[in-house]
Amino acid sequence: MLQEQSAKEIEQANESLEAARSQNLGEQYLTFFMNEEEFGVSILSVQEIRGWEDVTPIPNAPKQVKGVMNLRGTVVPVIDLRVCFGLERIEYSEETVVIILAVPSGKGSTKTMGVVVDAVSDVHNFDDASVQPSPELSHAGQAQYIRGLGSTDDQMVILLNLTDQLIEEITH
Amino acid sequence: MSVDLSQFHQVFFEESHEGLDIMESALLNLDLASIESETINEIFRAAHSIKGGSGTFGFSEIADFTHVVETLLDLIRSDQFVMESEHVDLFLKSVDCLRTMIHQLEAGDDVDTEQSDALKAQFEVYLNSKNNGSEDASVEASPASTAGWNIYFAPDPDILKTGNDPLRMFRELDELGALTVKANLSKLPNFGEMEPESCYLSWDLRLEGDATEAQVLEVFEWVIDDAELKLSPLVAEPEDEGDSLKASPEIPDDVAEDVKSAEPEKKSEQSVNVSSAPPAKKAPKKETKTESASIRVGTDKVDSLINMVGELVITQSMLGELGRDFSIERLPRLLEGLEQLSHHTRELQESVMRIRMLPISFAFSRFPRLVHDISKSLNKKVELELLGEQTELDKTVMERIGDPLVHLVRNSLDHGIELPEQRVAAGKSEMGKITLNAFHQGGNIVIQIIDDGAGLNKERILSKAIEKGLVSEHDNLSDEQIYDLVFRPGFSTAAEITDISGRGVGMDVVRRNIQDLNGSVEVESTPGQGSVFTIRLPLTLAILDGQLIRVGEQVYIFPLVSIVESIQSYDQMIHRVSTGCEVLRLREEYVPIVRLWDIFNIKPDSEKLEDGLLVVVEGDNMKVAVLVDDLLAQQQVVIKSLQDNYRSVDGISGATILGDGTVSLILDISGLIKLAGVSRDDYKKAPAPGDSSEAA
Repeated sequence: MLQEQSAKEIEQANESLEAARSQNLGEQYLTFFMNEEEFGVSILSVQEIRGWEDVTPIPNAPKQVKGVMNLRGTVVPVIDLRVCFGLERIEYSEETVVIILAVPSGKGSTKTMGVVVDAVSDVHNFDDASVQPSPELSHAGQAQYIRGLGSTDDQMVILLNLTDQLIEEITH
Repeated sequence: MSVDLSQFHQVFFEESHEGLDIMESALLNLDLASIESETINEIFRAAHSIKGGSGTFGFSEIADFTHVVETLLDLIRSDQFVMESEHVDLFLKSVDCLRTMIHQLEAGDDVDTEQSDALKAQFEVYLNSKNNGSEDASVEASPASTAGWNIYFAPDPDILKTGNDPLRMFRELDELGALTVKANLSKLPNFGEMEPESCYLSWDLRLEGDATEAQVLEVFEWVIDDAELKLSPLVAEPEDEGDSLKASPEIPDDVAEDVKSAEPEKKSEQSVNVSSAPPAKKAPKKETKTESASIRVGTDKVDSLINMVGELVITQSMLGELGRDFSIERLPRLLEGLEQLSHHTRELQESVMRIRMLPISFAFSRFPRLVHDISKSLNKKVELELLGEQTELDKTVMERIGDPLVHLVRNSLDHGIELPEQRVAAGKSEMGKITLNAFHQGGNIVIQIIDDGAGLNKERILSKAIEKGLVSEHDNLSDEQIYDLVFRPGFSTAAEITDISGRGVGMDVVRRNIQDLNGSVEVESTPGQGSVFTIRLPLTLAILDGQLIRVGEQVYIFPLVSIVESIQSYDQMIHRVSTGCEVLRLREEYVPIVRLWDIFNIKPDSEKLEDGLLVVVEGDNMKVAVLVDDLLAQQQVVIKSLQDNYRSVDGISGATILGDGTVSLILDISGLIKLAGVSRDDYKKAPAPGDSSEAA
């Protein structure tokens, strides 16, 4: 039952992603939860959202790289954002999702990769003016991914700039 | 005027290369005793289209040079010039020169005309000598050669869209004599209605000089179908001339206006191109050096693809229908449909693969020339036979097999085939023979390089190998093992180093290149009768015959070609070496043992050697025994790149997707050996007698 529900949620998330994309309103972010905090990534880089499935581990890979998965015939690495952010690991549940991102990788090409997060939330609009620069964070592990802070009615959203760093992360 | 020609450059380069290949092979097939006019025509046509194309694209260096080449060819074609072997050589050199020039253009470099100028001078010597001989037969024969021509030229409005430029043609005409251009603006519409890409002008041209009709027509050759062209010999009419002279200062103004209005547009577009093009262009350019980006596919292959896709769509809609209101009674139909779907998918996969397949004649085509040149420089007489040229091979494999093949053929020419005197002394015919043979065998393509020369000299190879410390004197090596030594790094038996082979960095590179393609190479030889080099390659790089193995929960794949054997190990077969390395005694060899779970940091079923299986694999000329938990199925797998979205991983050459949709990693043997830190030294230290042959 739980699984059905989460499958439905993923479907909804994918739908709202489509809808948001078709509206084409400036800076839109897909938000998701990790450790009860809300994060956002630009929807322009989001390809789709999938439920967590077992991946094939890569030998001797850094610990944030969970492994590779089969995305309709393409081999795509999957990265655990919790590990990237130095958060404690949790058991993957039915709510755990993989966000598939297209990340520009220099030379005009893009790489496709999946990031594991606790759960997806919604699509929000943040215009540039409402985004505040992130305060100097002492947590060095996080600072490099953060583009700024946005706020919705009830909560602060940490807007991530995952592009270049993710590449760095997986190639080192 | 705003057609950007640079987009067609790549096509021109490719066509020129094809043209040059045609010229080359036709030149090599030329029998000087009885020259067939069709062959000369073929060469002429190829040269002519290169000239036309290069003129259109403004590569004047190439156009100028091919023009000279073509002129001589034209004389030969019309039997006014007798072709000798020195001329064939000159034409072959020109082909090389043109190839270099086109490569320079492709790379975006300036064209170096030094070589072409030198060749041009030689051509001119021949051309002039002919002219002195049989006194201007061609020029006199045609009724042409008058004081000049009146030309009326009215092109179709669309002429600019086809990439033709009247200005360029006029410039060319100008070279034939003094040219006066009078533009007719009567059809020019109002500015508002004017389409910048259409040509509304027509021209009256007056060409003074002794140009022939053919020469003038040649200038318009590319547009003659799309234009109204009238040619009449010039009659001296002084008043008329005055008129046109008077008119000419006015007209350029109008034309200039027209040009001006068109110019900014052209400029802006060009500047856009310039700013956006370089980064995009730079990258493919580098690729074109080794692999050309496009592929020519026969329409039949495309048609069969379309058919296949059509059937796939039908099956898909049938299944969709079935799925919409499904009841359990219709299960058989569903299964049938799925069966059909998998059938079509398989066929589709095969057809798509076939698109990448090209006949091996592409790789063979360079050898007639190579053999011709090298045998000449070595004073050997060699005949080349090509068999199985229609055997198809994946394009990528083809591109990468070229160099190893060249090396092997050179090697056969240099070391295999003897000098004519020696051959006669040995009771063989003076003419040596090299055969290139290609055929399919199982899922592989086999390429053989066969020569009827002296064969490999066993004693010399052995003494050389001992001298270089590759083997010891006490080793009892089989013939095969001795012949195999020639593929070792640093091995060369050539008494003296020639520029053809014998630098000692040949055969090992050949073997490595072939192994990189998941192939193998071996040699057989009979003293006095010749040698056979046999290359085995997978048909395609995209598919691999794999052996699935399991360690703990993980499934990995060994390329089947790299597996020597798989065995259950027993205590008495295992020896410990003091360095901490364990070796497996496999008959006369000691093979280091690599535990996959250890180097990959994964959890196996059991860490003990005797619980698992040892897969003996070979890579980088050495063997290792890899400990795995279990052997699973053998199957063909489609290779997917890990680098595309991730990066390269040590010990892993790629990934594939198994039947259940999970990703499985393909093992890279030489990477594994490095990862395990096994070096050749480690097992040289192995205690025992026969650590010989391939273990050294």
